[in-house]
Amino acid sequence: MAYPAAFKYTKDHEWIDVHDDRARVGITDYAQKQLGDVVFVELPAVGQTLRAGQSFGSIESVKAVSELFAPVSGEVIEVNESLKATPEAVNSDPHGQWMIVVRLSNPADVQALLDADQYSSLVK
Amino acid sequence: MDQGAPPPKKTPLNARHRASGARMVAFGGWDMPLEYSGIVAEHLAVRERAGVFDVSHMGEIEIAGRDALKAIQRISSNDAARLEVGQAQYSGLLTPAGTFVDDLLVYRFAPQHFLLVVNASRIPVDYAHIASQIAGIGDAVAVDVSSRYALVAVQGPRSRDVLQTLTAVDLGALKYYWFAHGEVAGVRATISRTGYTGEIGYEVFVPPQSADRVWLAILEAGRGVELVPCGLGARDTLRLEAAMRLYGNDIDDHVTPLEADLEWIVGWEKDAFVGLDALRRQRTAGIDRKLIGFEVLDRAIARPGHQAYVGSNHVGTVTSGTQTPYLKKAIGMAYLRVECAAEGFEFEIDVRGRRARAIVVPLPFYRRGRRGQDLPADRPEPHPKELH
Repeated sequence: MAYPAAFKYTKDHEWIDVHDDRARVGITDYAQKQLGDVVFVELPAVGQTLRAGQSFGSIESVKAVSELFAPVSGEVIEVNESLKATPEAVNSDPHGQWMIVVRLSNPADVQALLDADQYSSLVK
Repeated sequence: MDQGAPPPKKTPLNARHRASGARMVAFGGWDMPLEYSGIVAEHLAVRERAGVFDVSHMGEIEIAGRDALKAIQRISSNDAARLEVGQAQYSGLLTPAGTFVDDLLVYRFAPQHFLLVVNASRIPVDYAHIASQIAGIGDAVAVDVSSRYALVAVQGPRSRDVLQTLTAVDLGALKYYWFAHGEVAGVRATISRTGYTGEIGYEVFVPPQSADRVWLAILEAGRGVELVPCGLGARDTLRLEAAMRLYGNDIDDHVTPLEADLEWIVGWEKDAFVGLDALRRQRTAGIDRKLIGFEVLDRAIARPGHQAYVGSNHVGTVTSGTQTPYLKKAIGMAYLRVECAAEGFEFEIDVRGRRARAIVVPLPFYRRGRRGQDLPADRPEPHPKELH
């Protein structure tokens, strides 16, 4: 699966899709493959403030638990509630299934992230 | 990799797993397939159709000689005198303190010839324990024959249909926990109606050099029912739904069969076996903790090692836990203080810093034939303890 060129990526295998001061955050195809069948996604409450690098939730497969880390600082303004009922959507559509939408408090955070080419080489 | 760690052992099917794109994992010193198509898909295939597993890492120890039964009776907690030739039995290999050296299956090949099937990671420990315990018992010798067997498990409601096309052995006549010798796909085999999934199924012992031929024949014969190759991941979730204990998680050398709720494998009427005196004392004194099944009531998954509480009181430890693919619930097993172990008792589990409510439920979580109309009509699978 190709890594969308419009996204930025973290070394912890999250992607972030930034539009102005808002960003959708999800996990990469590589991450979902490593996890295996996702059965549970725990997400923060709307309104929570996140610092870049901070854990904002967890994702569990049948075998393993993995923390989710915020790629940027900001406030959680939306949470993908559909993942409660259908967590397996993360496996089938990792780059379409966002987990949270963050309002960036420091847009410069994005500059520190990897682009698609850099991330692709990281997980090669 | 650790400096000096031995390279992982490989089953005769290792190259096949790798060539087929299985995700591999280190397990008990072995390089084993974790999953092929995914744990959930494999789990559901076994509940609804059929799956095939490579379990060649399991160990085999033979005990033979004029006093072989006497030797088995000394080391095995269950009563092997009840076994007829052709029958198998679940049992425990215990320390003098009554705790588990291992759990195992005891197969009676001949009146004085037994095969023990033991856990991969315990083979050397088991063998040393057995050899020392039977040293003084007349004519009985124990031989580690693990390298002489590959073991392939075919499990699921369609497993009989699949395997029957490959063997002249009448599988319909083979009762649960019985076995027969014959051929599978033209290969000398021992077919055992046993498994670790809670489903109807068979375990097939074959010579290692023929394992790949048998594996491919089963895949080919299973094509019509969409049989799938399965890894250890699905094996673990399947066995947990069936509440079968996993050595190293649910039982080990710190717990006894009474604590593990396995009293049915204790041959109380036997004259003696290693651990019996300790178990008698524990029966008299009563146990402090007991293995129970639980369901998590809140949205959370309990995992092995998580701690159980009632308020601020610590009441136990989770030994197995996952979100199960078939029942679609977070379930698990835990040792709880006996006063907390009754069905319906509610407690809390610390899931990474957050308390999740859980309730004690009867085991097993899943029993074949009790759910779903998609299964072919057949008797519900009896629990092994109902056979003796």
